[in-house]
Amino acid sequence: MNGETPAAILKSNLWTNNPIFIQILGICSTLAITNNLVNTLIMTLAVVFVTGLSNTTVSVLKSLIPRKVRMIVQTLIIAFYVILVDIVIRAFLPEISKALGPYVGLIITNCIIMGRAEAFAQLNPPIMALWDGLTSGAGYMAVLVVIAIIRELLGAGSLLGYQILGAGFTTWTIMVMPPSAFFLLGTLIWVAKTIMIRKEST
Amino acid sequence: MTPQINPLILLFASIFTGNILLTNFLGLCSFISISRDMKSANGLGLAVTVVLTLTALINWAVMHYILIPLNLMVYRYIVFIIVIAATVQMLEMIIDRVSPALYMTLGIFLPLITVNCAILGVALFMQIRNYGLLQTLAFSFGSGLGWWLAIIALAAIQKKIARAPVPAGLQGPGITLITIGFMALAFIGFSGMLNVS
Repeated sequence: MNGETPAAILKSNLWTNNPIFIQILGICSTLAITNNLVNTLIMTLAVVFVTGLSNTTVSVLKSLIPRKVRMIVQTLIIAFYVILVDIVIRAFLPEISKALGPYVGLIITNCIIMGRAEAFAQLNPPIMALWDGLTSGAGYMAVLVVIAIIRELLGAGSLLGYQILGAGFTTWTIMVMPPSAFFLLGTLIWVAKTIMIRKEST
Repeated sequence: MTPQINPLILLFASIFTGNILLTNFLGLCSFISISRDMKSANGLGLAVTVVLTLTALINWAVMHYILIPLNLMVYRYIVFIIVIAATVQMLEMIIDRVSPALYMTLGIFLPLITVNCAILGVALFMQIRNYGLLQTLAFSFGSGLGWWLAIIALAAIQKKIARAPVPAGLQGPGITLITIGFMALAFIGFSGMLNVS
Protein backbone atom coordinates (compact mmCIF):
# COMPACT_ATOMS: atom_id res chain seq x y z
CA MET A 1 0.00 0.00 0.00
CA ASN A 2 3.00 2.32 0.48
CA GLY A 3 3.55 5.24 -1.83
CA GLU A 4 0.26 5.09 -3.68
CA THR A 5 -1.19 8.14 -5.38
CA PRO A 6 -4.39 9.67 -3.99
CA ALA A 7 -6.24 8.81 -7.20
CA ALA A 8 -5.25 5.16 -6.95
CA ILE A 9 -6.43 5.05 -3.33
CA LEU A 10 -9.73 6.60 -4.36
CA LYS A 11 -10.34 4.03 -7.06
CA SER A 12 -9.29 1.15 -4.84
CA ASN A 13 -11.53 2.17 -1.96
CA LEU A 14 -14.55 3.04 -4.04
CA TRP A 15 -14.49 0.09 -6.42
CA THR A 16 -11.76 -2.54 -6.79
CA ASN A 17 -11.27 -2.98 -3.07
CA ASN A 18 -14.61 -1.63 -1.84
CA PRO A 19 -14.94 -2.41 1.88
CA ILE A 20 -18.37 -3.97 1.43
CA PHE A 21 -18.21 -5.73 -1.94
CA ILE A 22 -14.81 -7.29 -1.58
CA GLN A 23 -14.03 -7.38 2.08
CA ILE A 24 -17.60 -7.75 3.49
CA LEU A 25 -16.61 -5.68 6.48
CA GLY A 26 -18.55 -3.54 8.82
CA ILE A 27 -22.05 -4.22 7.62
CA CYS A 28 -23.24 -5.16 11.09
CA SER A 29 -23.59 -1.68 12.42
CA THR A 30 -25.42 -0.12 9.51
CA LEU A 31 -27.43 -2.68 7.59
CA ALA A 32 -30.18 -2.62 10.20
CA ILE A 33 -31.11 0.99 9.57
CA THR A 34 -31.03 0.93 5.76
CA ASN A 35 -34.84 0.86 5.57
CA ASN A 36 -34.80 4.64 5.83
CA LEU A 37 -32.64 6.92 3.68
CA VAL A 38 -32.27 9.78 6.17
CA ASN A 39 -31.01 7.50 8.91
CA THR A 40 -28.65 5.77 6.52
CA LEU A 41 -27.17 9.08 5.37
CA ILE A 42 -26.59 10.28 8.93
CA MET A 43 -25.15 6.95 9.99
CA THR A 44 -22.80 6.55 7.03
CA LEU A 45 -21.64 10.17 7.33
CA ALA A 46 -20.80 9.37 10.94
CA VAL A 47 -18.79 6.37 9.74
CA VAL A 48 -16.93 8.53 7.16
CA PHE A 49 -16.11 11.05 9.87
CA VAL A 50 -14.92 8.44 12.37
CA THR A 51 -12.90 6.46 9.81
CA GLY A 52 -11.17 9.57 8.49
CA LEU A 53 -10.26 11.09 11.83
CA SER A 54 -9.35 7.88 13.64
CA ASN A 55 -7.14 6.90 10.71
CA THR A 56 -5.40 10.28 10.93
CA THR A 57 -4.98 10.01 14.69
CA VAL A 58 -3.57 6.49 14.49
CA SER A 59 -1.16 7.63 11.79
CA VAL A 60 0.03 10.64 13.84
CA LEU A 61 0.53 8.51 16.95
CA LYS A 62 1.89 5.43 15.21
CA SER A 63 5.44 5.79 16.51
CA LEU A 64 4.20 6.38 20.07
CA ILE A 65 1.89 3.36 20.36
CA PRO A 66 3.62 0.18 21.57
CA ARG A 67 2.89 -2.65 19.16
CA LYS A 68 1.55 -4.97 21.82
CA VAL A 69 -1.28 -2.73 22.98
CA ARG A 70 -2.05 -1.09 19.64
CA MET A 71 -5.42 -2.82 19.22
CA ILE A 72 -6.84 -1.47 22.44
CA VAL A 73 -5.35 1.98 21.80
CA GLN A 74 -6.95 2.02 18.35
CA THR A 75 -10.26 0.95 19.84
CA LEU A 76 -10.08 3.77 22.37
CA ILE A 77 -9.28 6.33 19.64
CA ILE A 78 -12.26 5.10 17.63
CA ALA A 79 -14.49 5.14 20.71
CA PHE A 80 -13.47 8.74 21.39
CA TYR A 81 -14.69 9.88 17.97
CA VAL A 82 -17.85 7.81 18.22
CA ILE A 83 -18.70 9.49 21.51
CA LEU A 84 -18.28 12.89 19.80
CA VAL A 85 -20.62 11.82 17.01
CA ASP A 86 -23.14 10.44 19.48
CA ILE A 87 -23.20 13.69 21.47
CA VAL A 88 -23.61 15.81 18.33
CA ILE A 89 -26.42 13.67 16.92
CA ARG A 90 -28.20 13.60 20.25
CA ALA A 91 -27.95 17.38 20.65
CA PHE A 92 -29.02 18.42 17.15
CA LEU A 93 -31.10 15.50 15.85
CA PRO A 94 -32.75 13.94 18.91
CA GLU A 95 -35.43 12.16 16.84
CA ILE A 96 -32.89 10.44 14.62
CA SER A 97 -30.73 9.61 17.62
CA LYS A 98 -33.67 7.70 19.05
CA ALA A 99 -34.29 5.86 15.79
CA LEU A 100 -30.66 4.88 15.46
CA GLY A 101 -30.69 3.44 18.97
CA PRO A 102 -27.60 1.38 19.73
CA TYR A 103 -26.24 1.50 16.21
CA VAL A 104 -24.26 4.73 16.65
CA GLY A 105 -22.32 3.12 19.49
CA LEU A 106 -21.78 0.06 17.36
CA ILE A 107 -19.65 2.08 14.95
CA ILE A 108 -16.86 1.28 17.43
CA THR A 109 -16.94 -2.37 16.45
CA ASN A 110 -17.24 -1.58 12.75
CA CYS A 111 -14.48 -3.71 11.29
CA ILE A 112 -13.74 -1.27 8.45
CA ILE A 113 -12.43 1.39 10.80
CA MET A 114 -10.20 -1.01 12.68
CA GLY A 115 -9.16 -2.65 9.41
CA ARG A 116 -8.07 0.64 7.81
CA ALA A 117 -6.19 1.63 10.97
CA GLU A 118 -4.33 -1.69 10.91
CA ALA A 119 -3.74 -1.98 7.19
CA PHE A 120 -3.13 1.62 6.16
CA ALA A 121 -2.74 4.18 8.95
CA GLN A 122 0.00 2.16 10.68
CA LEU A 123 2.24 2.49 7.62
CA ASN A 124 1.40 5.83 6.03
CA PRO A 125 1.68 9.58 6.76
CA PRO A 126 -1.33 11.38 8.31
CA ILE A 127 -2.59 13.20 5.20
CA MET A 128 -2.70 9.97 3.19
CA ALA A 129 -4.33 8.20 6.12
CA LEU A 130 -7.03 10.86 6.28
CA TRP A 131 -7.67 10.49 2.54
CA ASP A 132 -7.73 6.71 2.80
CA GLY A 133 -10.16 6.85 5.72
CA LEU A 134 -12.50 9.28 3.97
CA THR A 135 -12.56 7.31 0.71
CA SER A 136 -13.05 3.98 2.50
CA GLY A 137 -15.96 5.56 4.31
CA ALA A 138 -17.30 6.88 1.01
CA GLY A 139 -17.12 3.44 -0.61
CA TYR A 140 -19.05 2.06 2.32
CA MET A 141 -21.56 4.90 2.15
CA ALA A 142 -22.20 4.46 -1.58
CA VAL A 143 -23.27 0.83 -1.26
CA LEU A 144 -25.48 1.36 1.76
CA VAL A 145 -27.15 4.44 0.28
CA VAL A 146 -28.09 2.40 -2.80
CA ILE A 147 -29.64 -0.25 -0.56
CA ALA A 148 -31.46 2.40 1.46
CA ILE A 149 -32.88 4.06 -1.68
CA ILE A 150 -34.28 0.76 -2.94
CA ARG A 151 -35.67 -0.22 0.46
CA GLU A 152 -37.33 3.10 1.23
CA LEU A 153 -38.71 3.58 -2.28
CA LEU A 154 -40.28 0.13 -2.48
CA GLY A 155 -41.05 -0.28 1.21
CA ALA A 156 -42.71 3.06 1.86
CA GLY A 157 -43.01 4.66 -1.59
CA SER A 158 -40.98 7.62 -0.41
CA LEU A 159 -37.46 9.03 -0.45
CA LEU A 160 -36.04 11.12 2.41
CA GLY A 161 -39.55 11.10 3.82
CA TYR A 162 -41.17 12.71 0.74
CA GLN A 163 -43.86 10.62 -0.95
CA ILE A 164 -42.64 9.76 -4.47
CA LEU A 165 -44.86 6.95 -5.65
CA GLY A 166 -48.56 7.75 -5.85
CA ALA A 167 -51.47 6.37 -3.87
CA GLY A 168 -51.95 3.51 -6.35
CA PHE A 169 -48.62 1.99 -5.33
CA THR A 170 -48.75 -1.07 -3.11
CA THR A 171 -45.80 -0.93 -0.71
CA TRP A 172 -43.60 -3.99 -0.42
CA THR A 173 -43.79 -4.99 3.21
CA ILE A 174 -40.74 -7.21 2.87
CA MET A 175 -38.59 -4.18 2.05
CA VAL A 176 -38.99 -2.76 5.54
CA MET A 177 -38.23 -6.13 7.13
CA PRO A 178 -34.67 -7.29 7.87
CA PRO A 179 -34.39 -10.13 5.27
CA SER A 180 -34.63 -7.71 2.36
CA ALA A 181 -31.35 -6.07 3.40
CA PHE A 182 -29.61 -9.44 3.08
CA PHE A 183 -31.19 -10.11 -0.32
CA LEU A 184 -30.33 -6.66 -1.68
CA LEU A 185 -26.76 -6.71 -0.44
CA GLY A 186 -26.27 -10.22 -1.83
CA THR A 187 -27.66 -9.14 -5.19
CA LEU A 188 -25.55 -5.98 -5.29
CA ILE A 189 -22.43 -8.00 -4.59
CA TRP A 190 -23.47 -10.37 -7.37
CA VAL A 191 -23.84 -7.51 -9.87
CA ALA A 192 -20.58 -5.84 -8.84
CA LYS A 193 -18.62 -9.08 -8.99
CA THR A 194 -20.04 -10.04 -12.37
CA ILE A 195 -18.97 -6.67 -13.79
CA MET A 196 -15.51 -7.10 -12.28
CA ILE A 197 -15.12 -10.60 -13.69
CA ARG A 198 -16.16 -9.38 -17.18
CA LYS A 199 -13.66 -6.54 -17.03
CA GLU A 200 -10.88 -8.88 -16.06
CA SER A 201 -11.57 -11.30 -18.90
CA THR A 202 -11.60 -8.64 -21.62
CA MET B 1 -40.31 -2.84 25.46
CA THR B 2 -41.52 -2.38 29.03
CA PRO B 3 -39.04 -3.30 31.74
CA GLN B 4 -41.63 -5.63 33.28
CA ILE B 5 -41.40 -8.23 30.52
CA ASN B 6 -41.16 -11.83 31.70
CA PRO B 7 -37.53 -13.04 31.51
CA LEU B 8 -38.60 -16.46 30.23
CA ILE B 9 -40.48 -14.95 27.31
CA LEU B 10 -37.54 -12.69 26.65
CA LEU B 11 -35.25 -15.72 26.53
CA PHE B 12 -37.30 -17.43 23.82
CA ALA B 13 -37.92 -14.22 21.95
CA SER B 14 -34.23 -13.45 21.74
CA ILE B 15 -33.46 -16.94 20.44
CA PHE B 16 -36.13 -17.02 17.74
CA THR B 17 -38.18 -13.98 16.83
CA GLY B 18 -35.68 -11.31 17.80
CA ASN B 19 -32.59 -13.25 16.77
CA ILE B 20 -29.75 -10.79 17.20
CA LEU B 21 -28.06 -11.85 14.00
CA LEU B 22 -31.04 -12.21 11.72
CA THR B 23 -33.12 -9.24 12.79
CA ASN B 24 -30.52 -6.86 14.17
CA PHE B 25 -27.63 -7.76 11.86
CA LEU B 26 -25.18 -7.96 14.74
CA GLY B 27 -22.09 -10.14 14.61
CA LEU B 28 -22.17 -10.56 10.85
CA CYS B 29 -18.47 -10.00 10.18
CA SER B 30 -17.12 -13.06 11.92
CA PHE B 31 -20.31 -14.90 11.01
CA ILE B 32 -19.67 -14.83 7.29
CA SER B 33 -15.99 -15.69 7.46
CA ILE B 34 -16.25 -18.52 10.01
CA SER B 35 -19.42 -20.20 8.84
CA ARG B 36 -17.68 -22.41 6.29
CA ASP B 37 -17.10 -25.42 8.51
CA MET B 38 -19.20 -27.01 11.20
CA LYS B 39 -16.56 -27.49 13.87
CA SER B 40 -15.35 -23.94 14.06
CA ALA B 41 -18.93 -22.67 13.77
CA ASN B 42 -19.74 -24.70 16.85
CA GLY B 43 -16.70 -23.43 18.74
CA LEU B 44 -17.40 -19.84 17.89
CA GLY B 45 -21.06 -20.20 18.82
CA LEU B 46 -20.15 -21.56 22.25
CA ALA B 47 -17.56 -18.83 22.81
CA VAL B 48 -20.00 -16.09 21.81
CA THR B 49 -22.70 -17.45 24.13
CA VAL B 50 -20.34 -17.60 27.11
CA VAL B 51 -18.78 -14.18 26.53
CA LEU B 52 -22.10 -12.54 25.71
CA THR B 53 -23.77 -13.71 28.93
CA LEU B 54 -20.76 -12.88 31.08
CA THR B 55 -20.06 -9.42 29.70
CA ALA B 56 -23.72 -8.41 29.65
CA LEU B 57 -23.98 -9.19 33.37
CA ILE B 58 -20.74 -7.38 34.20
CA ASN B 59 -21.75 -4.40 32.08
CA TRP B 60 -25.13 -4.34 33.78
CA ALA B 61 -23.48 -4.20 37.20
CA VAL B 62 -20.92 -1.61 36.10
CA MET B 63 -23.66 0.55 34.62
CA HIS B 64 -25.98 0.41 37.63
CA TYR B 65 -23.39 0.65 40.41
CA ILE B 66 -20.69 2.85 38.85
CA LEU B 67 -21.78 4.76 35.76
CA ILE B 68 -25.25 5.88 36.84
CA PRO B 69 -24.36 6.95 40.43
CA LEU B 70 -21.33 8.88 39.19
CA ASN B 71 -23.27 10.33 36.24
CA LEU B 72 -20.75 9.04 33.71
CA MET B 73 -23.15 7.58 31.16
CA VAL B 74 -21.53 9.63 28.36
CA TYR B 75 -18.50 7.37 28.63
CA ARG B 76 -20.49 4.14 28.46
CA TYR B 77 -19.14 3.16 25.04
CA ILE B 78 -15.55 3.27 26.23
CA VAL B 79 -16.37 1.55 29.51
CA PHE B 80 -18.39 -1.22 27.84
CA ILE B 81 -15.70 -1.95 25.29
CA ILE B 82 -12.98 -2.05 27.95
CA VAL B 83 -15.07 -4.40 30.09
CA ILE B 84 -15.56 -6.65 27.07
CA ALA B 85 -11.89 -6.64 26.11
CA ALA B 86 -10.78 -7.28 29.69
CA THR B 87 -13.29 -10.10 30.20
CA VAL B 88 -12.24 -11.82 27.01
CA GLN B 89 -8.56 -11.53 27.95
CA MET B 90 -9.20 -12.90 31.43
CA LEU B 91 -11.35 -15.73 30.15
CA GLU B 92 -8.60 -16.66 27.74
CA MET B 93 -6.04 -16.89 30.55
CA ILE B 94 -8.35 -18.83 32.87
CA ILE B 95 -9.31 -21.36 30.20
CA ASP B 96 -5.66 -21.77 29.25
CA ARG B 97 -4.77 -22.65 32.86
CA VAL B 98 -7.78 -24.76 33.77
CA SER B 99 -8.41 -26.74 30.63
CA PRO B 100 -5.87 -26.78 27.81
CA ALA B 101 -8.18 -29.07 25.82
CA LEU B 102 -10.99 -26.52 25.92
CA TYR B 103 -8.48 -23.81 25.11
CA MET B 104 -7.59 -25.60 21.90
CA THR B 105 -11.19 -25.52 20.70
CA LEU B 106 -12.19 -22.15 22.11
CA GLY B 107 -8.96 -20.19 22.41
CA ILE B 108 -8.52 -19.15 18.81
CA PHE B 109 -12.01 -17.66 18.69
CA LEU B 110 -11.74 -15.51 21.78
CA PRO B 111 -9.72 -12.63 20.26
CA LEU B 112 -12.22 -12.46 17.40
CA ILE B 113 -15.01 -11.93 19.86
CA THR B 114 -13.80 -8.60 21.20
CA VAL B 115 -14.69 -6.98 17.90
CA ASN B 116 -17.91 -8.94 17.46
CA CYS B 117 -20.67 -6.36 17.23
CA ALA B 118 -23.18 -8.67 18.90
CA ILE B 119 -21.40 -8.40 22.26
CA LEU B 120 -21.40 -4.61 22.37
CA GLY B 121 -24.84 -4.55 20.74
CA VAL B 122 -26.40 -6.63 23.52
CA ALA B 123 -24.86 -4.35 26.14
CA LEU B 124 -26.28 -1.28 24.39
CA PHE B 125 -29.73 -2.83 23.89
CA MET B 126 -29.76 -3.78 27.55
CA GLN B 127 -29.08 -0.16 28.46
CA ILE B 128 -31.54 1.40 25.98
CA ARG B 129 -34.39 -0.98 26.82
CA ASN B 130 -33.69 -0.57 30.50
CA TYR B 131 -33.59 -4.27 31.41
CA GLY B 132 -33.35 -5.50 35.00
CA LEU B 133 -30.78 -8.09 36.11
CA LEU B 134 -32.90 -11.17 35.34
CA GLN B 135 -33.99 -9.77 31.99
CA THR B 136 -30.40 -8.98 31.11
CA LEU B 137 -29.45 -12.57 31.92
CA ALA B 138 -32.30 -13.95 29.81
CA PHE B 139 -31.71 -11.55 26.94
CA SER B 140 -27.94 -12.07 26.72
CA PHE B 141 -28.07 -15.85 27.13
CA GLY B 142 -30.90 -16.11 24.61
CA SER B 143 -29.10 -13.88 22.13
CA GLY B 144 -25.99 -16.03 22.45
CA LEU B 145 -27.99 -19.22 21.85
CA GLY B 146 -29.77 -17.61 18.93
CA TRP B 147 -26.46 -16.61 17.37
CA TRP B 148 -25.10 -20.11 17.93
CA LEU B 149 -28.17 -21.67 16.33
CA ALA B 150 -27.94 -19.38 13.33
CA ILE B 151 -24.25 -20.01 12.69
CA ILE B 152 -24.65 -23.80 12.92
CA ALA B 153 -27.62 -23.71 10.55
CA LEU B 154 -25.68 -21.57 8.11
CA ALA B 155 -22.58 -23.80 8.27
CA ALA B 156 -24.76 -26.81 7.45
CA ILE B 157 -26.41 -25.03 4.52
CA GLN B 158 -23.02 -23.86 3.24
CA LYS B 159 -21.93 -27.49 2.97
CA LYS B 160 -24.76 -28.19 0.54
CA ILE B 161 -24.17 -24.97 -1.38
CA ALA B 162 -20.55 -25.97 -1.98
CA ARG B 163 -21.88 -28.66 -4.32
CA ALA B 164 -24.47 -26.51 -6.05
CA PRO B 165 -23.90 -24.74 -9.38
CA VAL B 166 -23.72 -21.14 -8.17
CA PRO B 167 -23.00 -18.42 -10.80
CA ALA B 168 -19.41 -17.17 -10.67
CA GLY B 169 -20.29 -13.65 -9.52
CA LEU B 170 -22.53 -14.91 -6.76
CA GLN B 171 -20.07 -17.33 -5.21
CA GLY B 172 -18.73 -16.61 -1.75
CA PRO B 173 -20.27 -13.73 0.16
CA GLY B 174 -23.11 -13.10 -2.31
CA ILE B 175 -24.78 -16.47 -1.92
CA THR B 176 -24.06 -16.48 1.81
CA LEU B 177 -25.94 -13.22 2.27
CA ILE B 178 -28.91 -14.45 0.26
CA THR B 179 -28.96 -17.66 2.30
CA ILE B 180 -28.96 -15.61 5.49
CA GLY B 181 -31.87 -13.66 4.04
CA PHE B 182 -33.93 -16.83 3.65
CA MET B 183 -33.02 -17.93 7.15
CA ALA B 184 -34.09 -14.54 8.47
CA LEU B 185 -37.46 -14.94 6.72
CA ALA B 186 -37.97 -18.30 8.39
CA PHE B 187 -37.08 -17.00 11.83
CA ILE B 188 -39.27 -13.93 11.46
CA GLY B 189 -42.16 -16.25 10.71
CA PHE B 190 -42.37 -16.83 14.47
CA SER B 191 -42.71 -13.17 15.28
CA GLY B 192 -46.49 -13.26 15.54
CA MET B 193 -46.10 -15.46 18.62
CA LEU B 194 -43.67 -13.38 20.62
CA ASN B 195 -42.49 -9.88 20.04
CA VAL B 196 -40.25 -7.82 22.24
CA SER B 197 -38.54 -5.39 19.99
